Amino acid sequence: MAIITEKELQSNYDVIVVGSGAGGGQSAYTLTMNGVKVLMLEAGRNYDPVTETPMFQSKADAPLRAMGTREKPFGFHDATVDGGWEVPGEPYTQASADPKQRFDWWRARMLGGRTNHWGRISLRNGPYDFKPYSRDGLGFDWPISYDDVAPYYDKVEMLVGVYGSNEGLENTPDSPNGTLLPPPKARAGELYVKKHIAKLGMPVIPIHRAVLSTRQDHVNFPARLHPNNPKAQKIIAKAMQERAACFWATDCGRGCSIKANYQSTTVHLPPALATGNLDILCNAHAREVTVGADGKANGVIYVDKVTGQERAVKARAVILAASSGETARILLNSKSNRFPDGLANGSGLVGKYIMDTVGASLGGSVPAFENLPVHNEEGAGTHVYIPWWLYKDASKLGFARGYHIEFGTGRRMPGLGAGGASPGYGKSYKEEVRQKYGAGIGFAGRGEMIPNKDSFCEIDPIVKDKWGIPVLRFHWKWSEHETKQAAHMEATFAMLIETIGGKARKPEADGSKAIEAGGRIIHEVGGAIMGADAKKSVTNQWNQCWEIPNLLLNDGSAFCSNADKNPTLTIMALAWRASDHLVEEMRKGNL
Amino acid sequence: MENIPADNPGQIDRRMALKWIGAAAASAALFPLASAQDKLQRPAGAAPGGKRIGTDPVLNKNYVPGDLWPLTLTPKQRKAAASLTDLILPPNNPGDKLPSQLGVQEFIDEWISSPYDETLNDRPVITEGLDWLDAEAQRRFQKDFADLAEPQKCAIADDICGKTAVKKEFKSAQNFFNRFRYLAASGYYTTPQGWKDIGYVGNVPTVNFDGPTPEALKHLGLA
Repeated sequence: MAIITEKELQSNYDVIVVGSGAGGGQSAYTLTMNGVKVLMLEAGRNYDPVTETPMFQSKADAPLRAMGTREKPFGFHDATVDGGWEVPGEPYTQASADPKQRFDWWRARMLGGRTNHWGRISLRNGPYDFKPYSRDGLGFDWPISYDDVAPYYDKVEMLVGVYGSNEGLENTPDSPNGTLLPPPKARAGELYVKKHIAKLGMPVIPIHRAVLSTRQDHVNFPARLHPNNPKAQKIIAKAMQERAACFWATDCGRGCSIKANYQSTTVHLPPALATGNLDILCNAHAREVTVGADGKANGVIYVDKVTGQERAVKARAVILAASSGETARILLNSKSNRFPDGLANGSGLVGKYIMDTVGASLGGSVPAFENLPVHNEEGAGTHVYIPWWLYKDASKLGFARGYHIEFGTGRRMPGLGAGGASPGYGKSYKEEVRQKYGAGIGFAGRGEMIPNKDSFCEIDPIVKDKWGIPVLRFHWKWSEHETKQAAHMEATFAMLIETIGGKARKPEADGSKAIEAGGRIIHEVGGAIMGADAKKSVTNQWNQCWEIPNLLLNDGSAFCSNADKNPTLTIMALAWRASDHLVEEMRKGNL
Repeated sequence: MENIPADNPGQIDRRMALKWIGAAAASAALFPLASAQDKLQRPAGAAPGGKRIGTDPVLNKNYVPGDLWPLTLTPKQRKAAASLTDLILPPNNPGDKLPSQLGVQEFIDEWISSPYDETLNDRPVITEGLDWLDAEAQRRFQKDFADLAEPQKCAIADDICGKTAVKKEFKSAQNFFNRFRYLAASGYYTTPQGWKDIGYVGNVPTVNFDGPTPEALKHLGLA
């Protein structure tokens, strides 16, 4: 089995996985390692980071010095192809013309999806994050606790390779000894911030990122990942040896040809293919899930994007991991007499409670950083961060949930705007540019959004994409919990920059202006929330749709809260957990 | 700024890179567009070249200006652009190349010729600005700008570079100069020689990431 063409499709599979990113990649990995025959459908083209990544191209090698464009929003060399907030021929619509009520939907139509370019920040949700309703009466509790997920966080961290440290802080879980890879050293400016804000009670600690700071323990990890499964151990041991450690150069967002960072395409899919149990069909855009006379899911109808024709494939179970928006869209478009409102939608909650992360930022300049003795500050993206530090003050803040702070300093690869704002020209101009280079600092908050009734997606009654598939229409509204949080971020960042002796740009006091538009942080989750009650949720704790237990939603769609922690690690942990359960249920003959 | 994508993703959090670069170059991103009083006209809107980067370009190949869309500058304008680039960014060391030898003016030409919203406004500012530069050189010294002696070039540049108060009649020229300098510096500091000049020594594979040097820590009072 391999990356196949439509002609090579088999007549039946055990499981069809729709999507090849974090959720789909993890699902396919777990299932195939357990001997399950899987067909993965990917809407975009095949993509191989080993041969396609622009590892050492300079910005001068790219058109327009690698400027971000509508077609390549994060710059020319960003790994994403055929993706962005706009995908030609695949529109989505906004219910409101009010810019504060828009949701910008990022998609990546390529093998590996959004895992190819993401920030690799891999923070565990803490115990509080699974029971937010119990703490403050807002949103929803998960039907699972941190302890249910912790073993899967352990496994995912070992499998994908995550650097970081254990700090023993509140709601910021430690990993078992030997699980994390050592964090890279903090940069000069990061140490400077740490020293000068210690008096504020704000810890600056190593962040967790899915990057191999050293090679993985291919001797001991395989048995911890796959006990009693020698074949799987052998395959993953080999795959781990095919990944190199980070060499501290080139930008992770470009992807990584030496497989030092996590992309589904370099970490999940190669061992899954090596099992011989995985077929991957690219350019196959899932349109709907089909249901048999018994009411169970029995396959998927997809559009072959090469020929434009619709095809049907069959399986004993279906996993949607198409991104939470796309998963909701497929469910809502899967209408039948039996399910007139879309599949698995008896609760009426498919498409409801979509969430993003609260984002706001502020930059400034720090005179102390000027003329810093020249040294290599490249490293591997983010090295440190400030976890939420005000759990004890939650009742005084005027907003319910917290945020963490990411910040950037250092002498990083110059790009557009490298000349800064220095006046004049000639020798004195160049001297000033050199003096001020690396003296900038930027703080960004990433905070929890509480799910609300006004943020949802539905099928647009009119608009269809170029394949004739009805598209999503988005409704969006931030509550005061989010806008006040954004205002708090702005004030905090201004205070931080002042505390370190810098000069901040003007902070935005109006949180509704400071907050990034919905979808801009690309932490889209929800839309098919999990719960303990079939009437109030779409899936159970195993990501199984209540009404159709052989249909699983293994991406962010099943999230019923969106902690400040970036969602990808949790998507993978839950996908592994759900896939393990699916294997058990299939073995028992329950599905 | 929200919708202007990051030039430098992934180095920190990818969205943050946008803000961070923005912070470092705050005013660079805020150069005024040609005002209504200016003679420099806004473009009609049509993209000159037509061909765009597309959503799926080959990423790991090296591009040069003119590969994707036709360039704009006339030979005379290009000569003026090369000369002004070299005046703004003179080499630091005897062995260094002139920015014009590194093709910085060709990057500027690529930029103003590209079919993107982000670059569209620069096209008339740069082309008409370069024409003005030659016309001003002729008016003052009866030669094209590129043929002037350095003190003569400086006499014109000093009037428009903004280091001292700019007279009203030079406001359009100042706007041109600001924008030209932004592009020239962007073009130059993204080259390996520019990296050296600005003090960027990253993008080199190393076994370990060593963190700050003792000298850097001392500079920050952290030693």
